[in-house]
Amino acid sequence: MIKIVKRDQPSKAIFFFTPVLAIFLTLIAGGIIFYILGFKPIEALKFFFIVPIADKYGFSELLLKATPLCLIAIGLSFCFKSNNWNIGAEGQLTFGAIVSGGVALLFYDQEGLYILPIVILAGAIGGMIYASIPAILKTYFNTNEILVSLMLVYVSKLILDYLVVGPWSNPEGFNFPETRQFSDSARLPLLFEGLRIHAGIFLALAAVIISWFVFYKTYLGFQMKVSGFSLKTAKYAGYKGKKMIILVFLISGACAGLAGVGEITGPIGQLHREVSPDYGFTAIIVAFLGRLHPVGIIFASLVVAITYLGAETAQIFMQIPKYTGQVFQGMILFFLLASDYLLFFKFKFIGSKK
Amino acid sequence: MHKFLIRSFVSSLVLLFTLTVAAVAKDVKAAFVYIGPTGDHGWTYQHDVGRKAVEAAGFKTTYVEGVPESADAERVLRQLANSGHDIIFTTSFGYMNPTNKVAKEFPNVKFEHATGYKREHPNVATYAARFYEGRTILGTIAGTMTKSNVIGYVASFPIPEVIRGINSFTLAAQKVNPNIKTKIVWAFTWYDPGKEAEAAKALIDQGADVIAQHTDSTAIVQMAEKAGVYAFGQASDMDKFAPKAVLTSVENNWGPYYVDRVKAVANGTWNQKDTWHGIGDGMVVISGLDSQMPSDLQAKVKKLQADLASGKVHSFTGPIYDQKGNLMVAEGKTADDGMLAGMMTYVKGVEGDIPK
Repeated sequence: MIKIVKRDQPSKAIFFFTPVLAIFLTLIAGGIIFYILGFKPIEALKFFFIVPIADKYGFSELLLKATPLCLIAIGLSFCFKSNNWNIGAEGQLTFGAIVSGGVALLFYDQEGLYILPIVILAGAIGGMIYASIPAILKTYFNTNEILVSLMLVYVSKLILDYLVVGPWSNPEGFNFPETRQFSDSARLPLLFEGLRIHAGIFLALAAVIISWFVFYKTYLGFQMKVSGFSLKTAKYAGYKGKKMIILVFLISGACAGLAGVGEITGPIGQLHREVSPDYGFTAIIVAFLGRLHPVGIIFASLVVAITYLGAETAQIFMQIPKYTGQVFQGMILFFLLASDYLLFFKFKFIGSKK
Repeated sequence: MHKFLIRSFVSSLVLLFTLTVAAVAKDVKAAFVYIGPTGDHGWTYQHDVGRKAVEAAGFKTTYVEGVPESADAERVLRQLANSGHDIIFTTSFGYMNPTNKVAKEFPNVKFEHATGYKREHPNVATYAARFYEGRTILGTIAGTMTKSNVIGYVASFPIPEVIRGINSFTLAAQKVNPNIKTKIVWAFTWYDPGKEAEAAKALIDQGADVIAQHTDSTAIVQMAEKAGVYAFGQASDMDKFAPKAVLTSVENNWGPYYVDRVKAVANGTWNQKDTWHGIGDGMVVISGLDSQMPSDLQAKVKKLQADLASGKVHSFTGPIYDQKGNLMVAEGKTADDGMLAGMMTYVKGVEGDIPK
């Protein structure tokens, strides 16, 4: 007989094991889905997860795709660790892209080393401004940050629409919804000739290192951890909750804003209606899959990034519908949440007694 | 003699072999990049119908659907160019810069970009359809069928393509019914069934009894069916989604162009050009007319269709005035393609302002 028993304490080993289990289950379920759709499962999985990164170019594309996911997820982990549910990273990314894109457009016909730092800074500030709205509303007016940050995503996309259709549209562009192309001085430098991977990856790596330091070596990190476990305890300990809430939102917004900068000054080179294929939302999956741990997030961002690339390859070579990529992302999150059950419960085998 | 026979046999074998190789080399593979799902029953669906025509003509095709206009477009294009495709059709405006960028790296691959204007490299061509000709037909029908004299129009984005459609539609409606007004709701989306249905509802609430659309989903014709007003299908024949509401549809027919261009690659006659085809070339097709339309209107529409095809009638024939009453096109003149391409003012009879 098997009995399900509650654990006294969540198991630490299982805490880091369940994401791996979730990925494994996703692969199996994915294989079954491919089989049902009439594709050879092993071949399909190969085109999904191996072929896209089999060469140098493919691997660089993986890093390019993982960069914004990692950056945003690191930012989100500051919020999530401390019980602040910032769902609006996509909006903060968009607003960061708007502000930095606006600055880049000011310098569209100029060259100079001073331009790029200003453009990058503007993006971080844009993201912070946008994240401060749900933070301030939460701390001073007790609003629900999930709703506010989520709704602001749509507002930011409408602002971007308005700008690229109207005042910021390219004067030589026949009124199509796009801005001018940025000058080369406003573009993040490429790391290798012929590959799209750009200096933005260093921003993501810096975020990883800084967040590890803050989480595990600072008083702020400890405060976040305590607030994450129990807001009452945090209050009892005398932590100034408001200041911390605003701070984590600002950090999160800055990271999302920088991810937006990376997209528009990296591969895109201008502002148009679609600067991000919902990186801000996908990064939520990345943050949880990475267990809100900086190193975990690096791996998680690579795993999730490959579902994007794999979906394209699988469609090109095997005519598998591209939307299966999103199915994979959904399955990863589903299996992760499901296997978290093991964190708190364990199976106990009971020998039959007569 | 014997040697001669063997020699000729061998040489004919060699000849046969080279011929086969030449034939294999002409095995052209075409790729299509779509902005939406192939099942949207609008824009992407019609491009995919065109792709199937290319397959039917004996060529291999590949497609990738739902490719965002973000940094991802460039990767998909490069991968297609890298994996043995000879011609790549990019079917959304936002692919313009990535198309030109990747075209530079693959000079031997032909690129065809829909609805754009940049042809920066000799292997990039552009193509679009004169949808406004179809809207002249819709306007004629709407102006005749309306009883409230208020016609609703769900628009997507204030770009020349859409403004041109609104104007062409309104001019044609005014011609048969000088009292009509065209009310516009901007949905600021190409495909969002929820938003489109809301926009249609808002127009119906304002008294519109005919709804036209320049967005891609079937939500508007379905809303019209529910409310008991008339509507027109967009991009594909939407009659089956709203049999009572849909009077006719303007279909985007890309197949013949796609087959032509892929064949041109196979024959080595592909050249860079900018194509803008209308009813006459069969790129814009009017679906069957609904039996609710009186027979004299049906006859009129058929004649108009033939005249637009032959060039006897132009959608923008003067005198045309803008909203403030300034002359845009003089009497007896027609608007040239340059004017059409940059059209950003409403004609008289359209209500409201273009969002800026």
